[in-house]
Amino acid sequence: MTIQSFEKVLAEHPFFKGLRPEHLDTLVGCAANVRFTAGDFLFREGQRIDHFWVIREGKVTVEVFVPNKGEVTIETVEGGEVLGWSWLFPPYKAHFDARALTHVRALSLDGACLRGKCEKDTVLGYEFMRRFNQLIVERLEATRMQLLDLYGDDDAR
Amino acid sequence: MTTPDSGTAPVAAPPDPMWPEPFEVRQVARETGDTFTLTLVPKVGSQPHPFAPGQFNMLYVFGVGEVPISISGDPDRPELLVHTIRAVGATTRALQKLKRGDQVGVRGPFGTRWPVDQAHGQDIVLVAGGIGLAPIRPVVYHVLRHRALYGRVVLLYGARTPHDILYARELRDWRGRFDAEVEVTVDRATIEWQGGVGVVTKLIQRSPFDPSSAVAMICGPEVMIRFASLALEKRGMTTASIHVSMERNMKCAVGLCGHCQLGPHFVCKDGPVFRYERIEPLFGLREV
Repeated sequence: MTIQSFEKVLAEHPFFKGLRPEHLDTLVGCAANVRFTAGDFLFREGQRIDHFWVIREGKVTVEVFVPNKGEVTIETVEGGEVLGWSWLFPPYKAHFDARALTHVRALSLDGACLRGKCEKDTVLGYEFMRRFNQLIVERLEATRMQLLDLYGDDDAR
Repeated sequence: MTTPDSGTAPVAAPPDPMWPEPFEVRQVARETGDTFTLTLVPKVGSQPHPFAPGQFNMLYVFGVGEVPISISGDPDRPELLVHTIRAVGATTRALQKLKRGDQVGVRGPFGTRWPVDQAHGQDIVLVAGGIGLAPIRPVVYHVLRHRALYGRVVLLYGARTPHDILYARELRDWRGRFDAEVEVTVDRATIEWQGGVGVVTKLIQRSPFDPSSAVAMICGPEVMIRFASLALEKRGMTTASIHVSMERNMKCAVGLCGHCQLGPHFVCKDGPVFRYERIEPLFGLREV
């Protein structure tokens, strides 16, 4: 297995595709390699979050505990996707649990570090906000579709 | 009909499309809580019904009623007529209660077909939601049997919960092949489920196909079709290379009664499989 540089990993990740080289450099300064084994929590609901995760490989479940039901999986996030946006907005607290369903390889990006850099470099800040907004819109659309319960009885054929 | 002066053997008269032929129930197999698969064989004297992927039959429960059901069997085995049905009304519940040896009237096959022949040399992207996997299954059988004729083959399937996944054993078999990409996701699950959770459209984003040389076929609820088409367009596909199967209240199945009218189209005759660019404008019209 070859060891890829953070820069290459980020540049090839769909979320960061097309990002300017100088912005990739900035990201690299805030990145760290992380691994999780199945069952590990990346974060727990209510916990302060100063990171987000660029998933390279594996599967993470986003869960919520519902009294009388137990843990319910809301969605899974897999290789090629990004997990976490609580680092963007105060009070920087996780709204859900995130748990590794399989072995997970990821890059952890320091959100506190990035927030500071985005404040100073507004072009980077705009680019980041644009990409995270797109991500949030996609998740919102997906949630709306889930709420529609599309495959219920009306789907009779 | 015979040709009196030709001297050749009589040609069998084409079946009257309004006349149900008797078929016998070979098997009723439970798929999920409310869905079952009915396997029919022709009664003595009845002919097998060759069909193309995407077509449907009218199934008649004598004394109860008739319903349009997509054919979900193998087009290379027309001697077995296979339909997967969700029991939601009087006729489908009556079909569910049938036993081996009971009789069903069959009219068909009717309607247009999935473009499996026009897709030779291209990537195949199949997107199915809920029981929409049933009309897609004949395409899977056909494409996997003639695998060398196609590029990459991708099947993306979304179900309500893990308990609602249709054809689970076959999905595992197809996923186990090394020449097809099969992804399954559910809308909701408890933590015991080890698979993906999320909408089927999300799978399109990261699916390994070449949008410039792909043919997509979508079947499921109309809202899912709209969002799946949008996701495919986001990936770079055009609406001309996207095909969808529409569901309407088919009654006569031959374009006479008008029950299944969708704008200028009769779904039973002009569909159920449409090129998406033909019907996309109709999706925004609440009146149809």
